[in-house]
Amino acid sequence: MLSRRIIPCLDVRDGRVVKGVRFRDHVDMGDIVELALRYRDEGADELVFYDITASPESRSVDRAWVERVARLIDIPFCVAGGIRSVDDARAVLHAGADKISINTPALDRPALIDELAAAFGVQCVVVGIDSLRDADGEWRVRQYTGDPTRMRALARGTLEWIAEAQARGAGEIVLNCMGSDGVRTGFDIEQLSAARAVCGVPLVASGGAGEAAHFVDVFAKADVDGALAASVFHSGDVRIPSLKKQLRQANIEVRHV
Amino acid sequence: MDVVLIDAGGANIGSVRYAFERLGVAARFSADAEEIASAGRVVLPGVGAAANGMSRLRELGLVECVRDLKQPLLGVCLGMQLLYEGSEEGDVECLGLLQGRVRRLQGGPALRVPHMGWNTLQAVRPDALLEGVRADAQAYFVHSYAAPVTDDALATCTHGETFAAVVRRGNRMGAQFHPERSAAVGARLLENFLDMPA
Repeated sequence: MLSRRIIPCLDVRDGRVVKGVRFRDHVDMGDIVELALRYRDEGADELVFYDITASPESRSVDRAWVERVARLIDIPFCVAGGIRSVDDARAVLHAGADKISINTPALDRPALIDELAAAFGVQCVVVGIDSLRDADGEWRVRQYTGDPTRMRALARGTLEWIAEAQARGAGEIVLNCMGSDGVRTGFDIEQLSAARAVCGVPLVASGGAGEAAHFVDVFAKADVDGALAASVFHSGDVRIPSLKKQLRQANIEVRHV
Repeated sequence: MDVVLIDAGGANIGSVRYAFERLGVAARFSADAEEIASAGRVVLPGVGAAANGMSRLRELGLVECVRDLKQPLLGVCLGMQLLYEGSEEGDVECLGLLQGRVRRLQGGPALRVPHMGWNTLQAVRPDALLEGVRADAQAYFVHSYAAPVTDDALATCTHGETFAAVVRRGNRMGAQFHPERSAAVGARLLENFLDMPA
């Protein structure tokens, strides 16, 4: 049976892992490869490296650390941040990443999703979505979320964007619910369930994890394929081995290590 | 051990090379028929679409070369699918080294396609390629198409339907999952492949 995936996310800035609350006030969390290996050893099923400075600064992701990670770890990993073209994606995949995740550039030019899917197959193409509920109750997409001074709200509805991204060739959707991100009160089950209903490809929940029970909830209630978190893993508040034990006790299929 | 990875344009073939590197083997890329034919071990990696993979092999003039290989050959993911007679993906004729046609996974409610993540292997019969791999080991899969379960299956996997996960016919072998990204299980399969008598 297919296991639900536990995915630590490593936000990368200037070659170091950082974490902020609600995308602000970033704090240094350590060396990329060191953390990657630690999570691999603890039983992470996959890793996401998100270069939080790449998109706002209009530069592509620095490849050197991608290759360092690819040489050392033997679980899959995805690289996000500043991938704007097929050539950018090829460089990252050639460096050894298994998947590439696009967010802001896909919103600027949705055809990029089609181009990446045609070039590398849908299984390589992850579309990341930062979403926030507006005062009128609608979930809408945010852009340039790595930089508070440039962050933009778009008119695009989140569910409508999930459907479009999928139709264009997204092989996976990572939905970051910004309202719950960094505040550790649990994943946004309501939004993720709504997303699940329109998402036929793998869906990864992001934003809000504070304790192991939140992971049990999101798998049981929103039927997501994976759950992504950063600070609870970095701080050690949630340890992957005991998290997986709790998930197993709740009859949620996870990989044994 | 002299290992050649066929460079047929797959996007992340680098990670397969690193997996061998972790086992202490410096595998090299080649798109040269002579170099491939004289290697001790040949790996056909590949991520992408079957039609692209085949047209790339044809452009490079490698179709006959791969068909004629006598040394141990391992196809990984799309590389394994290319060993079959054909694929529904792009309705393309493949290498025909293994019998059967690759078809799209049907999916369904709660069965997402692509099949992406760690899934359980179901051992079909013991083989040197799977020595030391637990009968219910988990491996990392990422694919939308799959090969049928035939006599060549050493292990299967189920995602709604059951499909071939590890296959072997003589010196032609394949893994639908990614050994390079399947932690200890994948490393063991690659080690077994290297240890295989030529």
